[in-house]
Amino acid sequence: MSSTTEASAGRAQIAARTLRTDRWWLPPLANFVGLALWVVYATVRAFMQDWYFVPQYNYLTPFYSPCVSNGCVEQAAHFGRFLPDVWWLPYASLTLPFLLLFRLTCYYYRKAYYRAFWLSPPACAVAEPHKKYTGETRFPLLGQNLHRYFFYIAAIISLINTYDAIEAFIKEDGSFGLGLGNIILVINVVMLWAYTVSCHSCRSIIGGRLNHFSKHPLRYKLWVQVSRLNGKHMQLAWTTLATLAITDFYIMAVSAGWFADLRIVG
Amino acid sequence: MSYDAHFRVWRGDSEKGELVDYPVEVNEGEVVLDIIHRLQQTEAGDLAVRWNCKAGKCGSCSMEINGKPRLACMTRMSTFTETETITVTPLRTFPVIRDLVTDVSFNYTKAREVPSFAPPPDLEPGEYRMQQVDVERSQEFRKCIECYLCQNTCHVVRDHEENKENFAGPRYLMRIAELDMHPLDVADRKQEAQEEHGLGYCNITKCCTEVCPEHIKITDNALIPLKERVVDRKYDPLVWLGSKIFKRSGA
Repeated sequence: MSSTTEASAGRAQIAARTLRTDRWWLPPLANFVGLALWVVYATVRAFMQDWYFVPQYNYLTPFYSPCVSNGCVEQAAHFGRFLPDVWWLPYASLTLPFLLLFRLTCYYYRKAYYRAFWLSPPACAVAEPHKKYTGETRFPLLGQNLHRYFFYIAAIISLINTYDAIEAFIKEDGSFGLGLGNIILVINVVMLWAYTVSCHSCRSIIGGRLNHFSKHPLRYKLWVQVSRLNGKHMQLAWTTLATLAITDFYIMAVSAGWFADLRIVG
Repeated sequence: MSYDAHFRVWRGDSEKGELVDYPVEVNEGEVVLDIIHRLQQTEAGDLAVRWNCKAGKCGSCSMEINGKPRLACMTRMSTFTETETITVTPLRTFPVIRDLVTDVSFNYTKAREVPSFAPPPDLEPGEYRMQQVDVERSQEFRKCIECYLCQNTCHVVRDHEENKENFAGPRYLMRIAELDMHPLDVADRKQEAQEEHGLGYCNITKCCTEVCPEHIKITDNALIPLKERVVDRKYDPLVWLGSKIFKRSGA
């Protein structure tokens, strides 16, 4: 039991863990279900090592980008193939861990999973079940301060995803092509950029760390724009989870032949 | 239009206490503080409550209404249904004095621990010159009415009394952020925020922001930027390299 319910140190002696009467448990539950489902889907797909590429339209799912395993289809391997082809090593092992760490250390996701998974706290003014709390003062949670590094890497990975989306406009025979898959890939990349740029670390690097905006007018303007996007960081965090899953599922479905790509040009 | 509401108010002191049921008249347009005052005038003449402005600007009437930390003067009765039981308790993070009144001196102690504004030594009062664009960011934090709802709801101290010694709480970490962002403040506050005032305890679950009656974005605009400034200083090699090459540590 926590201090709140123990009523230690002269606090009002109220036994209830919370007296909230609203459905405070709903947001953490929804976050728990949403994040858990996504992690399960992403894990299954990352290790599936199949249906990740549509050769005739050059569609490469972001879950396999860049495809650097010896098991990758040659056309999909834009950056070479050098990782061993073993079942326990995803084809995009070079980037997936960093993307995971970027999201794991993201200030929004931290709030979401601290509440939903660790119940610390489950909701505001609802007592947490832990006896002790040291927050992000010690290992391993001290590592949350590395978010900055993962932001830098995520920006590079967004460039690679952008390259993939552009490359997908060139069909296998070298001609221009446009299909629903291209539109999905482009929307996904735009959303990924929006999420990455709206990151709190980016906001700080762009201008938040300055004390004299007046001496840095360009950085101030950029900071204002990033701050606007930053206000939507939560929405972008969820939107990108959705666009990533939709993009991957669409490419998997087309690759597996479950349905054909809807072609607009070529 | 008036009706009889069912109020449950915590009565007691630091030794013992209980929730006491009161049927009480509610009239159109009233707020919870009005009802508490009616209870004082009718059924509970000795009910202790701290209040002052009745306009959401003094921060005195902080309490927990149906478990949520709120200002009683800004909580409209129209937000509840007529059949709803409304539970009113004192703030649960601070020692109770009596009934709805708590001892908030923890916050005064923490306020005193934050070193005050430190202008450049060669500037005399009256010589301060600042651009509006440089100070407007921290003006948001000046809206704080010291109601301590953020301090009360922060689980770091709410659920862990033992952390009170090492954690300043969102209100005073926001104060440190405000000073650190100030264009004329020359004190080095980043290291201190992390090591003396317990910034690392904050796990940015945003409850301080949720309960702020002034709608200050405490987490996004003060605590996270302050955490990032600490990262600048302690953990980011690129920023460190940039500051060495361009010698711009005080940008």
